[in-house]
Amino acid sequence: MATNIILAILVTSFATYISRFFGVLTSEKINEKSKIYRWFNCLAYSTLAALISRILIFPSGDLGETSFLIRIIVILLSIFIFFITKRNLVYPTVFSAIIMSLLNSYLT
Amino acid sequence: MINPKYFFKGLLCVRRLDSPAIALGASFVAIGALLKNLGFTIQESIFSTFLTYALPGSLIMAESMFVGASLLNIFLAVWLVNSRLYPMTVSLMPLLLHEKQPRWKYYLSCHFVAVSSWLIVKSNYENIEKENRIDFWIGIGTATWLIAIFSTILGYLASDFLNKDMMIGLAVVNPIYFMCAMIGVMKTNSLSSAIILGAILGPSFYLISPQWSVLFGGVLAGTIAFFIGERYGD
Repeated sequence: MATNIILAILVTSFATYISRFFGVLTSEKINEKSKIYRWFNCLAYSTLAALISRILIFPSGDLGETSFLIRIIVILLSIFIFFITKRNLVYPTVFSAIIMSLLNSYLT
Repeated sequence: MINPKYFFKGLLCVRRLDSPAIALGASFVAIGALLKNLGFTIQESIFSTFLTYALPGSLIMAESMFVGASLLNIFLAVWLVNSRLYPMTVSLMPLLLHEKQPRWKYYLSCHFVAVSSWLIVKSNYENIEKENRIDFWIGIGTATWLIAIFSTILGYLASDFLNKDMMIGLAVVNPIYFMCAMIGVMKTNSLSSAIILGAILGPSFYLISPQWSVLFGGVLAGTIAFFIGERYGD
């Protein structure tokens, strides 16, 4: 690991806090209907989606040892559980861990 | 100073069974285990959650370090990923602002803005008088922040005692939690496009450049989504 961990943590914290800080600073003035706000909002969600999708499709670490098929099954089952539980985030999160463990244990 | 009555009222909001804080805790257990696997010490892992308290930011830092990304790359990627906190903060603070409350409370407590705490306060703030909402918010933020820190420690320590299948199960918790949270916000053309295009372009750019895939994929997807939103409306 080439990058110093403490420096990386400080950079991450700073990069995170500035969005929160400027959010407070401009909260009384910014117009949530403005184009810049909408563009920024799109960037935030698309980047998060890109990250999560990349982790699920090209995972590193422990998740990288599972097959693509198992990950797809877990994703689809989690989405199914999310919708049948009226968009509750707890159930798919907990069940995804259980389903992934079981499938990886019995299918590989 | 902080009114203890409303602080503790906020603090106890996380007790509910369907609280997003449960998913938050499960996710940070996985982060603790992930950081352990990436070679972080327990102090560094605690330090990371203590200072950052934003799961995607911690995730992208860990993932970026894994592929040997530079500090500048980490800064830009984390800033872009966590820039969602900016509109979240902007849409939250006006609900909490009161002329009798000192400004430092807002600049300090904005550290607690995260998906889980934001969801909790958004569904509970109307029951609190405006003057006391900031103390209520600080209570919620403190509770979710502490859950994140203790879950990181738990995940870090538990990773030694968990078998491989359990570790794999925990590793999938983070992306599944945020995937479901994002599906839940797909209510407009621009956000739906941003999330779907981001999910397609992120891995696509990975084939060209693993280090910059999230940044390039995210910016391109978000910009296209913005124009789709402008063209077809929300």
